[in-house]
Amino acid sequence: MLKISQLHKSYPIGDSSLHVLKGIDLEVESGEMVAIMGSSGSGKSTLLNIIGILDEADSGEYTLDDVEIKNLNEKKAAIYRNKFLGFIFQSFNLINYKNALENVALPLYYQGLKRKERQEKGKFHLKKVGLLDWAHHLPSELSGGQKQRVAIARALAADPKLLLADEPTGALDTTTSYEIMEFLQQLNDEGKTILIVTHEEDIAEMCKRIIRLRDGVIMEDKKVNQVRASQYV
Amino acid sequence: MIKFLFDRDTWQEVIDSMSKNKLRTIITMIGVWWGILLLIALLGAARGIENSFNRQFSDFATNSVFIWGQRSSKPFKGFQEGRAVQLKLSDAKRIQENIDGIEFVVPRNQRSSFVVRNSLSGTYGIAGDYPLLDVVQKKNLIKGQGRFINQTDIDNNRKVAVISEDIYKQLFEKDEDPFGKFIRINDINFKVIGVFETTPFGGPQTEIHIPFSTFQQIYNQGDNIGWMMITGKPEFDIKQIEEDIKLSLRNMHKIHPNDQRAFGSFNLGDMFKSIVDFLKGMQFLTWFVGIATLIAGVFAIGNILLITVKERTKEIGVRRALGATPFEIKRQIVVEAVFLTMIAGLMGIISGGWILILIDKTLGQGDDAVFVNASVSIAIVFVALLILVALGTLIGLIPAFKATSIKPIEALREE
Repeated sequence: MLKISQLHKSYPIGDSSLHVLKGIDLEVESGEMVAIMGSSGSGKSTLLNIIGILDEADSGEYTLDDVEIKNLNEKKAAIYRNKFLGFIFQSFNLINYKNALENVALPLYYQGLKRKERQEKGKFHLKKVGLLDWAHHLPSELSGGQKQRVAIARALAADPKLLLADEPTGALDTTTSYEIMEFLQQLNDEGKTILIVTHEEDIAEMCKRIIRLRDGVIMEDKKVNQVRASQYV
Repeated sequence: MIKFLFDRDTWQEVIDSMSKNKLRTIITMIGVWWGILLLIALLGAARGIENSFNRQFSDFATNSVFIWGQRSSKPFKGFQEGRAVQLKLSDAKRIQENIDGIEFVVPRNQRSSFVVRNSLSGTYGIAGDYPLLDVVQKKNLIKGQGRFINQTDIDNNRKVAVISEDIYKQLFEKDEDPFGKFIRINDINFKVIGVFETTPFGGPQTEIHIPFSTFQQIYNQGDNIGWMMITGKPEFDIKQIEEDIKLSLRNMHKIHPNDQRAFGSFNLGDMFKSIVDFLKGMQFLTWFVGIATLIAGVFAIGNILLITVKERTKEIGVRRALGATPFEIKRQIVVEAVFLTMIAGLMGIISGGWILILIDKTLGQGDDAVFVNASVSIAIVFVALLILVALGTLIGLIPAFKATSIKPIEALREE
């Protein structure tokens, strides 16, 4: 599903440069649920951004679903993002003047689907996250947990191969966090591959595999017994 | 692209992003609105002035020149300087025959005389005229009644008079029928055969016209003429005709060829041209001011869109993460810019039209109106709209490129 080898990335800071990723080797199989952990500055977000084709590595190889991701122009990158990837952000990043349904249908718009089809698919995914009744509410009328569920529905809308979540529970209280995790576990049970960046131990425990980064290298990569979020809810 | 323009979502996006910032949208649009309003109103007003000018000159052959005799200023062929120069009827005839490009030569005589009717009297200018005058200086007869002097009047030295509206008002009772009534000029009775409107423009004004031959008799003029009015054919330069005539006249009257003062002249064509040039200049100024204001307005739109794009950096980042290509983002922003300019432009055109209607209602009525039919042609409106669309597209490209120049990852980090 996803293969990374000898990935390097550095950012220029003034005259010098900050070496953020120092040779990452990583392989993720289809159907996995992986937590990427590390303190701030460990390079976990950078890694996720590169996997999300939002950023480009300086060197190394990255293959996503047997497609080599290298030297893409912005248009190609946009198409791959749309086709392969679903993003879930810490701050939800819903478009505040669009209602829940419109937000969910947005990736489908960029896929060039017809309006009616978008509406149907959008409703389907909103129903999946249990928010069909809220379809015509603006994000400002939703709670944090609801917003994140709309964001998940949006990430799912284009039926991506890989879900990328950057601190999905970072802005939520514990109960809501567990609800979101429970839902993500459900999705994983259905076969979705999910990558979650987090620095919360309990959230990581709910994944099937934990990768710990420190100073740009992988310190630890272990399979864990998944803690089901449902038992907390 | 066509499909995109007819897509409901495209316009939904435009409306959303505009209504999100109503005040800003309105303030932005005011720039363009004001620009096009100025352009339309000024162009219309300029046209109105031109029309009014043309109307006042429409009864008048504009490429004409008046020539009269003065005194010689150089000795020549034994004559001393200071000799009075008198134009004769034969001069008119020879000029007509010898100079290229002349359409009509109209000899005229004028005197000031005491005119009496019953107990009313006044001193007015009396002119001896040929019927031809009515051709080059159309006399609008009041109520369409009566007539101007004709050839029979000339042949029979008839004592008939065509008087101006002003004189009619001074010598006749209100609503009195002037036709067939008599007025006394120089103690001779003349029958009134026509009353003409006075025009504000149009060269030397005469108050009473009588047949040329009658004038010759009662004032004992022989073949002398006061001045002549010469009209040129449209394709000839009236300035050149004037020079040719003067040279020929100097030759006929034994006057030094370089004597500039022996004949006086007034070139109406020349004056007319300078007014036309002035109107053209005014129109150019109008275009210049209007378009400059328009450009300023469009720049304001570009500016606001830049700010909008800056504020929407994060949103644009999200959209790109969701799969929007840079082209799709740019397209949206350009459409927004064009839409803004178009709406503002259309409102400007409409309110410009209202101003023109207002001008027409208040200043455009009546015969001596300053603005006649102040209007702008549809073609100009379309050109203005096209310019707006072009400018809107160009100015929209700046924020569009700005929006996609930033990497999606950086856009997402923006708070």
